[in-house]
Amino acid sequence: MIADRVKHIPPSGIRKYFEMVIGMDDVISLGVGEPDFVTPWPIREACIYALEKGYTSYTSNWGLLELRNEISRCIASDYAIQYSPEDQILVTTGVSEALDLAIRATINPGDEVIIVEPCYVSYKPCVIFAGGKPIVVATNMSNDFKVTPEQIEEKITKKTKAVMLSYPNNPTGAIMGKKDLEGIADVVVERDLLVISDEVYDKLTYDGTHTCFSSLNGMYDKTILLNGFSKAYAMTGWRLGYAASTPEIIAAMLKVHQYTMLCAPITAQTAAIEALRNGRDEMLAMVREYDRRRRLIVKGLNELGLDCFEPKGAFYAFPCIKGTGMSSEAFAETLLKEQKVAVVPGDVFGASGEGFVRCSYAVSRREIKEALDRIRAFLK
Amino acid sequence: MKEILEILENDARISTSEIATLTKIPEPQVRKMIKEAEKKGIIRKYKTVIDWDKAGEECVYAIIEVKVTPEREVGYDAIAERVARFPEVVSVRLVSGDHDLSLLVKGKTMKEVAFFIAEKVAPLEQVQSTVTHFILKTYKQDGDILLEKEESKRLAITP
Ligand SMILES: Cc1ncc(COP(=O)(O)O)c(C=O)c1O
Repeated sequence: MIADRVKHIPPSGIRKYFEMVIGMDDVISLGVGEPDFVTPWPIREACIYALEKGYTSYTSNWGLLELRNEISRCIASDYAIQYSPEDQILVTTGVSEALDLAIRATINPGDEVIIVEPCYVSYKPCVIFAGGKPIVVATNMSNDFKVTPEQIEEKITKKTKAVMLSYPNNPTGAIMGKKDLEGIADVVVERDLLVISDEVYDKLTYDGTHTCFSSLNGMYDKTILLNGFSKAYAMTGWRLGYAASTPEIIAAMLKVHQYTMLCAPITAQTAAIEALRNGRDEMLAMVREYDRRRRLIVKGLNELGLDCFEPKGAFYAFPCIKGTGMSSEAFAETLLKEQKVAVVPGDVFGASGEGFVRCSYAVSRREIKEALDRIRAFLK
Repeated sequence: MKEILEILENDARISTSEIATLTKIPEPQVRKMIKEAEKKGIIRKYKTVIDWDKAGEECVYAIIEVKVTPEREVGYDAIAERVARFPEVVSVRLVSGDHDLSLLVKGKTMKEVAFFIAEKVAPLEQVQSTVTHFILKTYKQDGDILLEKEESKRLAITP
């Protein structure tokens, strides 16, 4: 009964750990891919007020113009890139939907999409659902989990249509600076590719500054920029994100969006307006706290002898566990059973993640310290 | 410096070595900076926020609105300082609006607080009138919400 395309995709590797953790007491979970903060109160309050005033309807397929204005203003002030709120910004239900739309609007059956792994778990399945073919490029710790122009070039065929980029990266915490990205941009121009750039962690950049891919020379017309509110504003459950690109691409994405989603929830949209207007200080305070936790966990993991690349963005540490002689999966499973610390095995994010585990530091400092103590006991 | 102060403001008992880890500032430097901030009076003191109700130690707080007659040359300062010296007085502020000084006063019972105001504050020459508001319940104090901590609603593992 089930379509082949769906049947042949293995269920998410994360699911299994989730089921193991359920029913266990006293687990410290470093397996969480979302902020531990609740959405700042002024943002929640703005939504409550909007509900009281009766904002309960559909919005335009594009999203509320007021919100698109704010998004446009923020991108312009952060990265000096102009996207017209009229026809270059589409409000979606999370980056998740924006990602799906970007791929479905641009990928023909058989088109190849280069995916840089380890990466967020949705990229590959979304390409497959759209009939495309994911082509994996593996990054590694010795190169700070950055992708090089040569690596991409090597995989390009006549069928290559797009490259999926995601920096700051989930699960590695890697970022790519302007220089690094310019190398990629050269290949993109030369081989006439499209870049889908998932920049949902842009605000969570601790060392250096984030470079928005579409701000690079010649990349404006070749980039679909994806971003959202989940991480920076601690708004995962609201399901709100957006895509920004050329009017042509956004019109194509809108077509899919209007017939599948209609519009993003108005509740989330009213809250997001407040987030962009007045939420910056609270957002920055959360970022500062993640930064402290980052230093705490990286130092702790390294002291335990788990070689940990220094993440520069997002909220994940990605220590190498090869020295233990265990596979990522065995490590995660035994650690959970013996010491009740949940981490996510790196191979869930692509084969190149084998030998690593993802530890989220979107948990309190107290929990990070306790988790480190337990991992120490586990390694003995 | 601001970073260290922000960390200390939230946790006065944090060790200097942990501050060094969190900020990547070398520990001797952290110690030096804290010493300096203490010396300059930027760090006034290290306090613990206690929910005394929960500890079973009943005590009573009241906010007192005081109207005073300012004095030549010293304005409100002399009377404010005078009131501030009483140990029962937790804070003294000059405020705008229909009264002048706003006091926070602590006592064991309402009666004790009321008598303190009646006997020690109201009779002062410069004091025209006082209004006492007893505090019935504290919801937030020094930036900390004193309600029961909400449980995390996150799932244990998410992508
Ligand atoms: C890299 C990356 N992209 C997208 C998402 C999904 O974001 P949203 O909540 O906006 O759908 C996540 C969430 O974990 C992520 O890590």
